Amino acid sequence: MKSSLIRAGLLAGVAMFGANAAAADVEIEYWQYIYETRVNAMDQLIEKFEEQNPGITVKQVTFPYADYQTRVIAANMAGKGPDVLQLFYGWTDNFVNGGVLQPLPKDAFPDEMIETEFFPIVGAMKRGDDYYGLPTAVRSLALFYNKALFEKAGIENPPATLDELVETAKALTETDAGGNYTTVGMTVEMGGQDHQWWREVLVRQFGGAPYSDDYSEVTYDDAAGIAATKWYTELTTEHKVGATGFMDEGQAAFRAGRAGMTIDGTFRLGSFSTIEDFEWGVAELPANADGLRSNYASYFANGLGAGAEGEELEAAEKFLTYLTSPEAMQLWLEVVGELPARPEAALTEANLADPVYGPFLAGLEYAHTTTFFDEQAQRQVTMDMANRVFLQGQSVEDSVAEAAADEQAILDRFQ
Amino acid sequence: MAFDDTTRAARAPRLSMRTRRALWVWAFLALPVLFYGVIRFYPTLDAFRLSLTNWNLMSPPKFIGLQNYREMFASPDFWQVFRNTFAYLVIGTPISLVLSFTVAYFLDRIRFGHAFLRALYFLPYITTASAMAWVWRWFYQPAPTGVINSVLGALGIGGMEFLRSTTWALPSIMVTAIWAGLGFQVIIFMAGLRSIPQTYYEAARIDGVGDWAILRKITLPLLKPTTVFLVVFSSIGFLRIFDQVYNMTTNDPGGPLGTTKPLVLMIYQTAFNSYQMGAAAAQTVVLFTILLLISLLQLWILRTR
Repeated sequence: MKSSLIRAGLLAGVAMFGANAAAADVEIEYWQYIYETRVNAMDQLIEKFEEQNPGITVKQVTFPYADYQTRVIAANMAGKGPDVLQLFYGWTDNFVNGGVLQPLPKDAFPDEMIETEFFPIVGAMKRGDDYYGLPTAVRSLALFYNKALFEKAGIENPPATLDELVETAKALTETDAGGNYTTVGMTVEMGGQDHQWWREVLVRQFGGAPYSDDYSEVTYDDAAGIAATKWYTELTTEHKVGATGFMDEGQAAFRAGRAGMTIDGTFRLGSFSTIEDFEWGVAELPANADGLRSNYASYFANGLGAGAEGEELEAAEKFLTYLTSPEAMQLWLEVVGELPARPEAALTEANLADPVYGPFLAGLEYAHTTTFFDEQAQRQVTMDMANRVFLQGQSVEDSVAEAAADEQAILDRFQ
Repeated sequence: MAFDDTTRAARAPRLSMRTRRALWVWAFLALPVLFYGVIRFYPTLDAFRLSLTNWNLMSPPKFIGLQNYREMFASPDFWQVFRNTFAYLVIGTPISLVLSFTVAYFLDRIRFGHAFLRALYFLPYITTASAMAWVWRWFYQPAPTGVINSVLGALGIGGMEFLRSTTWALPSIMVTAIWAGLGFQVIIFMAGLRSIPQTYYEAARIDGVGDWAILRKITLPLLKPTTVFLVVFSSIGFLRIFDQVYNMTTNDPGGPLGTTKPLVLMIYQTAFNSYQMGAAAAQTVVLFTILLLISLLQLWILRTR
């Protein structure tokens, strides 16, 4: 009895020693951009992962957002790229074509598992037959509203439809004697999140589609696109409930308590949570008259660097598996405030009942994810489209047609 | 062969004092030359090569001949930016020179508060351009945040859309750029004024020449080297304008509708937002050519003096 115990103990010791020796000293690098809560969350995740996987060390390397893509590309050219890296889904084309990423191995990440266990928007990470990354968390849009201003105007609920939004915004807007806005009912800021709202939500709600299915062709140059743009620009030109540039930008106006409503993403929660002067609420994006809703979801995915191989690749796979586990997603939600990428982790009763996360999560179920080819240039096209109407008095029809032609020219560069 | 090596090592080269000194000098000179060669001249020359390629940083550059140039010259956006850049130059340079000369001319004559006023004029020049641009950006906001519009509103005058106007955004930005560079130009002009020998003025006064004539016949002609220097310096500054524009229009860089976008901002966006390195290099070559022509012009004007 005693001797067998000792033997078992020895065996266990040897086994542990062996395990340590086999996996000894694998260090992998994880790259992401600097954003305080994200870096903190990742530190915590790395700590937990290292506890569960002795012998693997993960080194987190961060860069300012503005430099991040260039750094990744430069490091990759020099053969010193990361083993696991975070990337915006919109950069996938660039990174895959440039050989920065390697496809996720099918044994650890079978397609069937990805397609059943994640929100369908992860499809944007697929090129050919391969997936090139998986997100920990996803983001969607919602309507933020200032409860103090609502109360002052005698409005109880946030608008549920686009028509109600206009009426509510009118009631909330205040101007001084000179006709200047002192409070806008609704922020109008294509440079903020409105361009996403217009593209994936409004155009669809007015009966159209912004692009062909593979996003290689612009299709909003039709009656629906024009109607959506007309509705949007009329917020300023007709209803006078807000204007671009008020208080510099929409989110600043909302923070200052001078905007009744604004559309923004989950990523704004951290910044708005420090507002002390008034209470704010979150609501689902308004539906159209027929009850049709849409949303825009986006995410930063984690992918495997092309340079990872052998032991490092094995460790990187393990780390990626951990980063996309429900446990990691819950931690990310608590620390960063972004929504879990697995319905199983996201749509829990507690999360759905949460007054802040609830509306964002509801949006995820019917959200679209634009495949951008050159996000900043495409955003600029949409901003210019609105500005031509606002500043130069161009007709909505002409402006939409011009925008469609400009954006198609950008898309054609990548075909 | 081995024999040869050892003898050469044994016989240390005996150099004359002069050669050794020259070697030292060149050793020290080589450093900046090498540095500039690698950091400045090589990339400059390489830009010409890159401008003939299609390169997105990731796949190797592909030679496409003059296509980048053809596309650039055919693009209305490029010509808009080109016009903007020259608007900064053609409006900004004369205004800033006249202003700074006037300030320097009168500042040179006063004793009371001279140093204090000079420091006030110089202060913007040593302030970070981006910080200053942000302050001005807030000045220009619509009411209730913008100071200028709030004052206009209080006076019963309707608000003015400074940075949100396709007409006024560029002049609004130019004002801040002129203000920022004013201090430096004032100091240089004052140094120029001081270097004019007083005897000329004394002689003119004895002959009974008036202030205006003194200014036209003595001061301005003798200030020519200073003026030429400042014209070139400020022209190059306006042609390279970036900080003010970028920081005052970050929500819509170079906007609204591209009406404030200078060449440098366009190069930045083409290179680091769209990753079209070849096209960006072609734009750089254009900027380089303009700057080169202006510098040559300066040499030519100075030579005919």
